[in-house]
Amino acid sequence: MAEKQLMKGNEAFATAAINAGCRYYFGYPITPQNEIPEFMSRELAKYGGAFIQAESELAAVNMAYGAAAAGGRVLLSSSSPGVALMQESISLIASVELPVVIINVMRGGPGIGSIQPSQADYDQVTVGGGNGDYKTIVYAPSSIQEACDMIYKAFDVAEEYRNPVMICADGMIGQMMEPVALPEPVEPVMGEEIRKKKPWALTGHRNERERHALNSVWLQQDLLEEYIDAYWPKFEKAERELQEWEDFMTEDAEVLYVAYGSTARIAKEAVVALRNEGVKVGLIRPKTLWPFPEKAFENLDGVKDVISVELSKAGQLKRDVRLAVEGRARVSLINRYGGMLLDPAEVVERTKKIMEEVK
Amino acid sequence: MKRIRIITGHYGSGKSELSVNMVVNLKKEYDKVAIVDLDIANPYFRSRERQKAMEDLGIKVYHNSFGYDITQDLPAISAAIKEPLENKEFMTVVDAGGDDSGARVLNQFTKYFLDDDCEMLFVISGNRPETSTVEGCLSHIERIELETGLKVKGLINNTNLLSETTVDDILKGENLCKEVSERTGIPHVATYCDENMIAKMDKEKLKGIEVKPISLFLRPSWLQYEL
Repeated sequence: MAEKQLMKGNEAFATAAINAGCRYYFGYPITPQNEIPEFMSRELAKYGGAFIQAESELAAVNMAYGAAAAGGRVLLSSSSPGVALMQESISLIASVELPVVIINVMRGGPGIGSIQPSQADYDQVTVGGGNGDYKTIVYAPSSIQEACDMIYKAFDVAEEYRNPVMICADGMIGQMMEPVALPEPVEPVMGEEIRKKKPWALTGHRNERERHALNSVWLQQDLLEEYIDAYWPKFEKAERELQEWEDFMTEDAEVLYVAYGSTARIAKEAVVALRNEGVKVGLIRPKTLWPFPEKAFENLDGVKDVISVELSKAGQLKRDVRLAVEGRARVSLINRYGGMLLDPAEVVERTKKIMEEVK
Repeated sequence: MKRIRIITGHYGSGKSELSVNMVVNLKKEYDKVAIVDLDIANPYFRSRERQKAMEDLGIKVYHNSFGYDITQDLPAISAAIKEPLENKEFMTVVDAGGDDSGARVLNQFTKYFLDDDCEMLFVISGNRPETSTVEGCLSHIERIELETGLKVKGLINNTNLLSETTVDDILKGENLCKEVSERTGIPHVATYCDENMIAKMDKEKLKGIEVKPISLFLRPSWLQYEL
């Protein structure tokens, strides 16, 4: 591991992507992730890569589609409304089974919203997004170090599954500073190597193999059904193998928080504060949002209350929590939204109110 | 000590935390104290986030946001900002935005910064990738001086790894400041560190270096819960 440096989230994300072998970046400015394109515009060419500031998010995502089709390691980044603009072609990329890594530094919504941190993209990234039957694999880092490690891994996961992989950070993680040990640089697969190592890439058949074609339009519906059936097992595999979460003081917990991203750190301080008062509280922190870590909820013995702590009005995370709890405990919500953050004292106070409520 | 202090540096070097600490300390000695937050480069983690707390201490806070709404930046600098620059009764700290691009906004106030009552300082964090070497620091100093037309009059060592800071980080910054100082003639004027980290340090290893304690006003407590 490299020596630790003090880095801002966004610049660390971009560095981690380059170290993971990313050589193609396409983007369009939007707060709070602007340091990513700024960094890439300055640094990527030094590694033989290409940076293009597109005229819009829609153009950027379609450039990414092209570079991914050619076998490149591609990064896109944006923030909530910008990601919404990209969703049409994220569906397109999924439909032709190409790997792309997308960093979403979430901010308040709906619409143009605010520029402060939010988690109200949960639906957009896990069940919403573009049209049709596909899934986006979504990681949710809680620290800059974890974000770097997830980005580094995401390129491999995207290529293994040949599917878009999203890193869902929030404005706080993108903008704050933390000590980071960057993952070791790997040499990207480039040029002629792509033909050998990425046989699915469009590298020209040269009369040496069957032609490849990427096709996202099926006028014969039965063929489309067959095509979906052919790729669908990878999503079942992802649900079996990619679920990740952290347990924090869950063993004897009667109250269980579920929180991800920077909010999980706020919940963690609340857990410690309540434990000091003798309240048995724990935290399940999803590291993957899709697939949702249902396995974390297998044993809920002794748990009376499960509380989703999140930055969304609707309780977007709460819905997945309720599905995983399957009626075995009461499920409640502690939330702020629109770019407002929770603070640990507020979480503690609202938890006590929930516990006092008559069942 | 100069009446106007301009705090510049690479982004993430700790300018805003230092600026807030400076005015809080100045207020203990002086009646009229002001902070001018000229960071128009980035809406996160700016000194104006603690406007209310500073005002409660009697410190005047100037910036370009609309009232207390820290994310609604006006596309102009209010003329009110001139007050603590013109009025010689004020002890004033000017918190510039990061890098040369963040310092650019200083240009329109140059006439207040040219007299002997003002000094521009450069904060060095040796753990930031771009200022971890002498060459990196020199490059940033040169660009900020070119951009503003002002000369850096002092170096501040603020090398840290937040809650993982050790004596070694401070010593790394001391060496960096010493070498930059030798190359440029700019004196190394102060060294700062989070008071909570100083408390954990073996004072003997600090070899007599005077480390001034600071409190972290802008960083929320829950960020200390490392995952």
